[in-house]
Amino acid sequence: MRSAISSPKDLWAGLLYIAFGAAALLIGADYKVGTAGRMGPGYFPKALAWLLIGIGVVALARAFLVKGGPVTGIAWKQMSLVLASTALFGWLLTRAGLIVALLALVLVSAAASREFRFDWRATGGLVLLIAFCALVFVKGLGVPMPILGTWLEPWLGAVLPWLR
Amino acid sequence: MELLGNLLMGLGVAVSPINLAWCLIGVFLGTAIGVLPGLGPAATIAMLLPATFGLPPVSALIMLAGIFYGAQYGGSTTAILVNLPGETSSVVTAIDGYQMARQGKAGRALATAAISSFFAGTVCTLFIAMFAPPLAEIALKFGPAEYFSLMVLGLVASIVLASGSLVHAVGMIVLGLLLGLVGTDVNSGAMRFTLGLPQLADGIGFVIVAMGMFGVGEIVANLEDESNRDLMVKKVTGLMPTREDWRRMVAPMLRGTLLGSALGILPGGGAALASFSSYALEKKTSKNAHELGKGAIEGVAGPEAANNAGAQMSFIPMLTLGIPSNPVMALMIGAMIIQGIQPGPAVITEQPQLFWGLIASMWVGNAMLLILNLPLIGLWVRMIMVPYHLLFPMILVFCAIGVFSLSNTAFDVYLMAIFGLLGYVLKKLDCEPAPMLLGFILGPMMEEYLRRALLIAKGDATVLVTRPISAVLLLLAALLLALVLLPTFKKTREEAFKEG
Repeated sequence: MRSAISSPKDLWAGLLYIAFGAAALLIGADYKVGTAGRMGPGYFPKALAWLLIGIGVVALARAFLVKGGPVTGIAWKQMSLVLASTALFGWLLTRAGLIVALLALVLVSAAASREFRFDWRATGGLVLLIAFCALVFVKGLGVPMPILGTWLEPWLGAVLPWLR
Repeated sequence: MELLGNLLMGLGVAVSPINLAWCLIGVFLGTAIGVLPGLGPAATIAMLLPATFGLPPVSALIMLAGIFYGAQYGGSTTAILVNLPGETSSVVTAIDGYQMARQGKAGRALATAAISSFFAGTVCTLFIAMFAPPLAEIALKFGPAEYFSLMVLGLVASIVLASGSLVHAVGMIVLGLLLGLVGTDVNSGAMRFTLGLPQLADGIGFVIVAMGMFGVGEIVANLEDESNRDLMVKKVTGLMPTREDWRRMVAPMLRGTLLGSALGILPGGGAALASFSSYALEKKTSKNAHELGKGAIEGVAGPEAANNAGAQMSFIPMLTLGIPSNPVMALMIGAMIIQGIQPGPAVITEQPQLFWGLIASMWVGNAMLLILNLPLIGLWVRMIMVPYHLLFPMILVFCAIGVFSLSNTAFDVYLMAIFGLLGYVLKKLDCEPAPMLLGFILGPMMEEYLRRALLIAKGDATVLVTRPISAVLLLLAALLLALVLLPTFKKTREEAFKEG
């Protein structure tokens, strides 16, 4: 079975197309198709979904016919850390504020690197980066990001009013 | 003479001190971010886009044009100095440019890249000024059927110009088209594919997709292999090309410019193919062809000119038709819409100041690159030398804050992470993201034009082939597609992309 697949990349890509196409058909099952002269909201998406499934089938066929390289070296650790740190930033930003969110983003994502060492240089850079973001984006450009957030505001807001 | 008058008016807008300053800031920032390894022009522009929101329209677009040229040139600098091309179109520059750098001729290679880009930029600015207005006249006659057919042609062209396998190029386009439909259907008001999330009612923001795929996804890919990058040169000296260099540079520069202009005007974005074909052309025509690949100046001058010409000519379909031919132009359109300008043939007549100002600022931006970047090369080298493990958390920070600032919601940050995942997976499967982004931006437009065309024709699909302009466009698309499927052309195309 395994040996019959000569191009695993095509196999996975084909499955991906079919999955997206099928999901579109499933989610959009009750979108009205209408007629060519009066297209409903479902006309174009459904046509595209079937087309995508068709392409997926072609890619699957290719997986058995063409010679291609295997899918190698997926960086699971790096991938999960980078993605998790990004999501964490979004989640923490309004709750714990910019400072904590940035700390989390930088420290968690940096763990994805084999080279990263948490030394004085990195610490200094991190402090500078946070100060830069707070000054330029929040104070300068006026992006409405809370510096302290709803969690810390009641505790630190009174002590450090300039961080509000 | 009208042309000259218009250009002068544009120049008047572009060189007003304030706009000149924005252009300068744009070029500076664009280069600074663009030289960072792993960040191509699209990611650079996406990251810097929010910085222009507060400016008046003309200044914002001028600054963006500056960012665009800066990012382009920054990419070439990295390609030459560290052999790390930020995007496909500078892959070719890396071949001979890096060899030149290894031979201690980094300064001359960088100067050659800057001069060729400037030359190509100057010629193309004139081309755009000459051809954009008449094209816009024609475009004013376009109905929905013509627009639809034109987009089909654009998508087919992007299949031809994509460097990977054809099946996947088509697959990526269709996937992009489908993702572009997420949100409220303009005709019926029905929510489509929003999964019940109100944040998706307005669709997925293009900048989010671009930052996710080109920013976050790229970071994960770069972290796979952290083996040390070779910075050939710690200090770049000898910027001035020798008399011999000049002599060898001229012909490839001219050939590259012409080739790039011709390929770049195609909707579908010809910058990558332009630089590859220019390299192939130099291999066939240059007297010093045997030196190519070993550090020949022709291998830098030709592809750099072609690359820049191709990139700049893609402004033509954007300005005259409002149709983006690559992700970068899609971002420019996004910026215009945010500024309240609907890109399309009417811009030239309704906002001549803006149109000619933008064109003139292209040239000003190119000139500024030459004046600003060569003396600052020491600074760029130091930026490249920042180790990646210190750099990528910063890139991530700017992506995250940039995406958040678009509509001040954490949801967009999550969405960016999801597209980062998709971008990484697709990269692992050798599927190119550029056609997908093109499909993404064209999806809703195509649906809209097709609907309108068929509504007017009462459901008769033959309207697409009975209207002459539409028929010609579709015929061109069919021819292109047939050409791609022909075995002989397929081989040439693969060879063109293999030159490197």
